[in-house]
Amino acid sequence: MEALISLAVKAIFVENLALSFFLGMCTFIAVSKKIATAIGLGISVMVVQAITVPANNLILTYLLAPGALSWAGFENVDLTFLGLISYIGVIAALVQILEMVLDKYFPPLYNALGVFLPLITVNCAILGGSLFMVERSYNFAESVTYGVSSGFGWALAITAMAGVREKLKYSDIPDGLQGLGITFITAGLMAMAFMSFSGVKL
Amino acid sequence: MAQTRREMLIDPLVDNNPITLQVLGICSALAVTSSLKVAFVMAIAVTLVTGFSSMFISMIRSQIPGSIRIIVQMVIIASLVIIVDQILKAYAFEISKTLSVFVGLIITNCIVMGRAEAFAMKNPPVASFIDGVGNGLGYGLILMLVGVVRELFGSGSLFGVTILQTVNNGGWYVPNGLLLLPPSAFFVIGLLIWAFRSWKPEQVEEREYKIQIVEAH
Repeated sequence: MEALISLAVKAIFVENLALSFFLGMCTFIAVSKKIATAIGLGISVMVVQAITVPANNLILTYLLAPGALSWAGFENVDLTFLGLISYIGVIAALVQILEMVLDKYFPPLYNALGVFLPLITVNCAILGGSLFMVERSYNFAESVTYGVSSGFGWALAITAMAGVREKLKYSDIPDGLQGLGITFITAGLMAMAFMSFSGVKL
Repeated sequence: MAQTRREMLIDPLVDNNPITLQVLGICSALAVTSSLKVAFVMAIAVTLVTGFSSMFISMIRSQIPGSIRIIVQMVIIASLVIIVDQILKAYAFEISKTLSVFVGLIITNCIVMGRAEAFAMKNPPVASFIDGVGNGLGYGLILMLVGVVRELFGSGSLFGVTILQTVNNGGWYVPNGLLLLPPSAFFVIGLLIWAFRSWKPEQVEEREYKIQIVEAH
């Protein structure tokens, strides 16, 4: 349990997907102009991340890893090279299913998050989360924790960024730095602030 | 065809750069630039994937049903990325270790999808290939510029060859450790955008609010 909590804290603050691995930057920069939209997108990323990372973990353990197909009688088959295409397929399919389920059973939630869901398939934070899960060989419990907390960390970062940008638009910025430029510099300062968590140990 | 092929290749380098103007593919631009060698490999990989995926998608563009085009594009891109990944693992294992997940993330690199969706779906294969390569090169250009700044001032070398002799090795240059850390990539790209836009003022974004000077009575 302690190990899981420390993994969660690490994924939220120290190894924040957005600010220390730069994942999901395109959406991070493009959709962080208003706090309300940023929160909506943040929550969607968290939900999708919490589902896809464990799902991909199961796919890896039972279908792709060397020897994983032994339950079907193929002991010597190693399908890890199919990893990338399966993960992205799983992500695309799950996002689509999530969208349909929300539309049918939770219309208010669908109206709030619906517009963001298609964007999420191509959000690198989601695929990145799954790839980190593979690279660090998390087990199922760890991948659930990692999915939820890394999604939360991303949501936290984009909400904070939107808060800063809402104020920033009133300031007098040099012409060339207007818009994209100052956003990058702000993100850099935020990343430095998040780095101060790196000494935290549980 | 409004643009010549030459223009198609050159245009994305500065005038319509995918990173500084279209805000595409920033994730990997930031993450892999702490050393020039890695940035170079990444730039080549992205250029090849963008070029070939645009070409293949353009070849079958009239057969793809509109409703599932994203998935079809994704499958083509993912297959190309798997090829790149396997080649890197076979011939440049060290670099593929450093790039870690970022090779896989070429799949979700918005440049590839963006060019497939915006250009390859409407244009013939050869033009799409050139457009893809051009955008890949535009991306590579920024990657290399950031890589040069970060490696030269962060560790005093270029491509691993010492240029500025650092103090630790008995030289005179005190390396700026910040440049090897993630946040510096944001600063370098931010400043690079500033430089680009001072050079090409037509790229400057409109202000949402203007400061007005009101005369006091």
